[in-house]
Amino acid sequence: MADRAGAALTRPVDAPGDSELLPQVRIRHWGRWVAGLVVLAVLGLLLQAISQGDIDYDSIPALLTQDVILEGLVDTIVLAVIAQAGAIVIGTVVALMRTSANPVLRWVSWAYIWVFRGLPVLLQILLWYNIALVFPTFSIPIPFTDAYLLDQPANVIMTGFLAALLGLGLNESAYMAEIVRAGLTSVDRGQTEAAKSIGMGPAKVLSRVVLPQAMRVIIPPTGNDFINMLKGTSIASVIGFTELIHAANALSSRSLAVMETLLAVAVWYMVVVSVANVGQYYLERHYNASIRPTGTRGSVWAKVGGSLRTPPFMRGSR
Amino acid sequence: MTAAQGEVLVRARGLRKHYGSLEVLRGVDLTVRRGEVVVLLGASGAGKSTLLRCVNHLEAADGGEIWVDDVPIGFRHDGGKLHELREAEVAKQRADIGMVFQRFNLFPHRTVLANVTEGPVQVRGVPRREAEAYARELLERVGLGDKVDAYPDRLSGGQQQRVAIARALAMRPKLLLFDEPTSALDPELVGEVLAVMTELAREGMTMIVVTHEIAFAREVADHVVFMDGGVVVEEGPPEQVIGAPQHERTRAFLARVTA
Repeated sequence: MADRAGAALTRPVDAPGDSELLPQVRIRHWGRWVAGLVVLAVLGLLLQAISQGDIDYDSIPALLTQDVILEGLVDTIVLAVIAQAGAIVIGTVVALMRTSANPVLRWVSWAYIWVFRGLPVLLQILLWYNIALVFPTFSIPIPFTDAYLLDQPANVIMTGFLAALLGLGLNESAYMAEIVRAGLTSVDRGQTEAAKSIGMGPAKVLSRVVLPQAMRVIIPPTGNDFINMLKGTSIASVIGFTELIHAANALSSRSLAVMETLLAVAVWYMVVVSVANVGQYYLERHYNASIRPTGTRGSVWAKVGGSLRTPPFMRGSR
Repeated sequence: MTAAQGEVLVRARGLRKHYGSLEVLRGVDLTVRRGEVVVLLGASGAGKSTLLRCVNHLEAADGGEIWVDDVPIGFRHDGGKLHELREAEVAKQRADIGMVFQRFNLFPHRTVLANVTEGPVQVRGVPRREAEAYARELLERVGLGDKVDAYPDRLSGGQQQRVAIARALAMRPKLLLFDEPTSALDPELVGEVLAVMTELAREGMTMIVVTHEIAFAREVADHVVFMDGGVVVEEGPPEQVIGAPQHERTRAFLARVTA
């Protein structure tokens, strides 16, 4: 260092100047090689341990397509999708109430979030599932007549599916309300003013200007939550709803191949979550259209790899 | 000179506005005639922008009235009383009053063309094809005919502001409000925006302009209003207010901005 500073002052013959450019020596990244070797060694040991375990790996592919497992897979996906879709709708309404000028609506939405975010999901599912203990029948009378729109024993209506749907969906809707609110407040106030200045009413300002821009902030944590929802459906196994975990338990209690069945289920969870990742990638790209240059092409796999590289839970804002 | 020129288009009477204990407008009167360019001058905090934003009810005044084309802005005139309007009804009044903002506020998720057609299509229900033809014509006029498919973040500040002007013009407004339209621009980009505004003034557009560009006020304004501390201190033709100011506060302000 010292003699380089001196060189600049005295300017010796082979210093920068008239002759050709000097060769440059790049940094050698020794750390990468060391880390790579350590990881390979650990993986090798791990594989050796696993190969010695008392597991019948060959039975797993067949387990993947067992009727019970496939039924559990479908139930898991259906429950997660409906619960998340409902949560998005309710959450958006609650977020709009929360940002409303109406103080009553603001207070109600605050209380809603307080309750449904505050209670554990498992507790909420159990409360819904056991509601027949408090309300033996659900009935909606049609006013001024003797007829009923709905008149059924609570036990018939409150199936495992409905209890799980209400528990998971309402809990998630409270989180969605906060996500949507964060998205709405992230949009610059100047956007609302510009929209008003061209004569847009409140509904158009929201649907044409604010929400589309809020989506960039809303989608990443929503994708994150949906992945949590896919896995969270496993809680519904406690009330006997045949999602993947319950299906695996039912199967392995007869076959006694506990680990094999659980691993088969693990494979399905990874597949479903990876598919959700791909969907999230495309949604994010769609709403970033104006930000990213419209030329980023590449194979689908490169994109999927890109979306998997940063796990969503590390990107989420919550 | 058109037949309608000279008739009063905007009349503000006794406008008051405060934020907490800060009084921003303390009884302001303003008259703008059709086809006239009125420039509001004054130091920051004088109340110019607030006054401008009251004209299209982006701010609701605490007291006083604003009439545009014999309609009370933010209210319905009925039975000798002014009834406060709901936001959706105010929106209809705003459709005829264009506004250009200091920070452009283009819609970043839409192309230049879509920014300009948004108002006519969504608010006025103009068929898309027709709206696009007019938008292309307007963008051509502000010198951006080749940028229709670009997104706003690909444009310079001066280009964005010209798109913003085209967006306001697309609604065929009877009045255009400019809120410091060149204050957020790099110095070399100010001229292109002022050129478009000068051209609009020449075509007879009624404009209220808040700006610190004294040269623009001197050359383009028909009427200059100098504000300070929430009141109008002095107003008149530019030769008078800028050329020979009567009030000490006006002189002090002009000395500072032209120094």
